[in-house]
Amino acid sequence: MPATSEELEKVIRNSFRVSHLEIEDQSSGCGTSYAIVLVSEDFEGKLSLARHRMVNEALKEQISQMHAFSQVSLFRRLLLIG
Amino acid sequence: MFRSVLNPTISSLSRNVLSAGWRTPAFRRFLSDETRAKIHAAVNEHPVVLFMKGTPEMPQCGFSRAAIQVLDMHAVPSEKLRTYNILEDPELRSGIKEFSEWPTIPQIYVNGEFVGGCDILLSMHQSGELESLLEKHDIIPKIESSSQS
Repeated sequence: MPATSEELEKVIRNSFRVSHLEIEDQSSGCGTSYAIVLVSEDFEGKLSLARHRMVNEALKEQISQMHAFSQVSLFRRLLLIG
Repeated sequence: MFRSVLNPTISSLSRNVLSAGWRTPAFRRFLSDETRAKIHAAVNEHPVVLFMKGTPEMPQCGFSRAAIQVLDMHAVPSEKLRTYNILEDPELRSGIKEFSEWPTIPQIYVNGEFVGGCDILLSMHQSGELESLLEKHDIIPKIESSSQS
């Protein structure tokens, strides 16, 4: 069964220290396509590929049920506008 | 298509390419040593290798289209780019996700090294990192930046 936004949020909050999180269901509610923005202290010192891998690993089960998953995973919020 | 171009003789080389830490037992059993060796050979055979849905001329997914457009913008020469249409090869389609330990398509390799998926490729494009990477690997010529005075 495809994941809901609530389920994604729960898994993310259980896996990361979240300082900012946006979850957008881009599939009009059927749960097959999500884009997330996650800012976490846990990403400190990690390169982009490593940050993405951490998110992929945490959401492994959910992503395997999706058609599309897109992420922006950052250490500091400032980077969003930098 | 995938089968015909790959060299199946390298079998032991590729086994330790990736750290085992990300692999789960349930995951591991799907990727045979033979498939792993074929993918390993494929990503090392061309400077830039893109696993995508569809072809550069006709991408079958917006993310794959974006990846191709970015490579096109950087004028990656066609002789240095090899694309694989994973929709045409079920073995490759499941194998590449496990090989790269990456759950989505497209996936891009530069000189045998996994760079990332669409999100990472786009952000590297925007930050200039992609250009530096392609220049560093002599895939595109270095352009001296004109000094502003």
